[in-house]
Amino acid sequence: MHAIEKILAKNSGRDTVRTGEIVTAKVDFAEINDLYLQTVYSFYEMGGEKVWDRERCAFVFDHYAPCPDIKSASNHREMREFARKNDLRFHFDINCGVCHQVMPEAGVIYPGMIVVATDSHTTTHGAFGAMGTGCGATDMATILMTGELWFRVPEIIEIRLEGEAPAGVFPKDVILNVLGKIRADGAVYKAIDFTGSYVENLNVAGRMTVCNMAVEMGAKTAYMQPNRDVLDYVSARAVRPYEVQFTDPDFTYAESHVFDVSRMEPALACPSSVENVHPLSSVLAGVPVKIDQGYIGSCTGGREEDIAVAAKILKGRHIPEWTRLVVIPASAAVMQACMEKGYIQSLMAAGATISTPGCGACLGAHEGILAPGETCITSTNRNFPGRMGSTDARMYLASPATVAASMIEGRIADPRPYLD
Amino acid sequence: MNTRLTGKAIVVGDNIDTDQIYPGRFLAITDPVEIGSHCLCGVDEGIAAAFPKGGFVVAGRNFGCGSSREHAPIALLNMGASAVLADSFARIFFRNAVNLGLLPVVCRGIAQKVKPGQTLTLDLEAGTVTIGDTGEVLPCEKLGDQAMRILEAGGIKPLMRKRFGRE
Repeated sequence: MHAIEKILAKNSGRDTVRTGEIVTAKVDFAEINDLYLQTVYSFYEMGGEKVWDRERCAFVFDHYAPCPDIKSASNHREMREFARKNDLRFHFDINCGVCHQVMPEAGVIYPGMIVVATDSHTTTHGAFGAMGTGCGATDMATILMTGELWFRVPEIIEIRLEGEAPAGVFPKDVILNVLGKIRADGAVYKAIDFTGSYVENLNVAGRMTVCNMAVEMGAKTAYMQPNRDVLDYVSARAVRPYEVQFTDPDFTYAESHVFDVSRMEPALACPSSVENVHPLSSVLAGVPVKIDQGYIGSCTGGREEDIAVAAKILKGRHIPEWTRLVVIPASAAVMQACMEKGYIQSLMAAGATISTPGCGACLGAHEGILAPGETCITSTNRNFPGRMGSTDARMYLASPATVAASMIEGRIADPRPYLD
Repeated sequence: MNTRLTGKAIVVGDNIDTDQIYPGRFLAITDPVEIGSHCLCGVDEGIAAAFPKGGFVVAGRNFGCGSSREHAPIALLNMGASAVLADSFARIFFRNAVNLGLLPVVCRGIAQKVKPGQTLTLDLEAGTVTIGDTGEVLPCEKLGDQAMRILEAGGIKPLMRKRFGRE
């Protein structure tokens, strides 16, 4: 069996599971973000009274942190009331950050677990050898009532990433290169196991970026076998004992795709689809793409490593007149670390606008909305029409380094000359 | 449940993600009718107001990709859609739709066959979609047992109420 199948089997009280089977599995941790007041409504509509386990579910207020309007403030208020009434052990209010960053920081994510959240980017937690998947509000309400959810045991495909990344090629570039080949629906209903020497040597932040965007290929979940970095990270934080699962040597993948990372170059997803991926060199060979706004943040590209490389590139330089750069650290802990190391100071001196840790403008809720006709280069995860504001705005997805270099030149630019 | 449905169709493209079905700027809204009034406004602002009640949304591949927001099927249902007929669906959208009683039916190639405004008949038991004007019959995939169990109960909410003895 694959490690993911072992996780599903263990949590559904079975010895084995088969692809395509429907199993009902225990959920080890459930997270509700602040877009999903419907979860509370569905919970009561279905006759829920108390959550199944006050230690294993939490709200994270990340999409509206802090609230931009009365409606979202009222939603937060109702969610806080629910959290207090159920005496939830964990609660992440507007001072914490994006759920996929604050949950690992709080130690509620660890290898071998099932985490379900009302957010599609829950695939991120494959970085830790966990099975993470997203669901809607009403599915989440059934979890809060029962502590379990039905799953179809997915086909598992291997994406093998071999070799060392050349200078200027970051984990975001790697996953964009993969996405361009596998396409936006290449892994729908399937699980992706990222393997290969690149993954074995990748740090926690890089693993999270790669697994995060598995959902942009439609994947139900992502997986990476934990390495030393992950085990060090988790052992310092985990709130309960855990068991790392391993894939049996005789396991056969439904599909295998092999990528040579050493031959990749920086990449961009061009307007207006995640699968419209082009190498940076081909974009630079065309008409210069002028930028109105740069954006560094989110569960994809707002970690300390992301802000560090942007600060390195922008230190001692300044963004051009009539442009703006919005930087939103993924969590309060990330922001603290970036302040201690001087990254935030360098970015502010370069003209960046720093905003509250959270999802920010990634999904067009607030803090950096785009006007019609504007062009944005961003370290986030989606560029569908209207994602960050107007449907007539254009968004390019790139690594934080490419965003930073582009903000020096005011047009899409190559980060490599700035990395020496 | 009614397994034979007739209604008019609108047609949209590939990779219609949840931002296009229900843009982020409306996510704080909780009133279902108001949610429905913004449906598909990321594709065209005029779709929801003109949508034929009980009609079908016909789409290409990967309908409902992107965010896990349940607002997407809530919006489609409250706009008056009874089913989405598409080449393929993103999985969270598929689950959300089934849970709320919106039919997500895989019907490969349908977006190339159907013209906006045509009347379609979906026969779930036969696994067919019939185009009214031409009489052309397109095969569609039958929904799985788990999905049918939820849909026949009227959605996940009645199912859970029954399980918890709240009926």
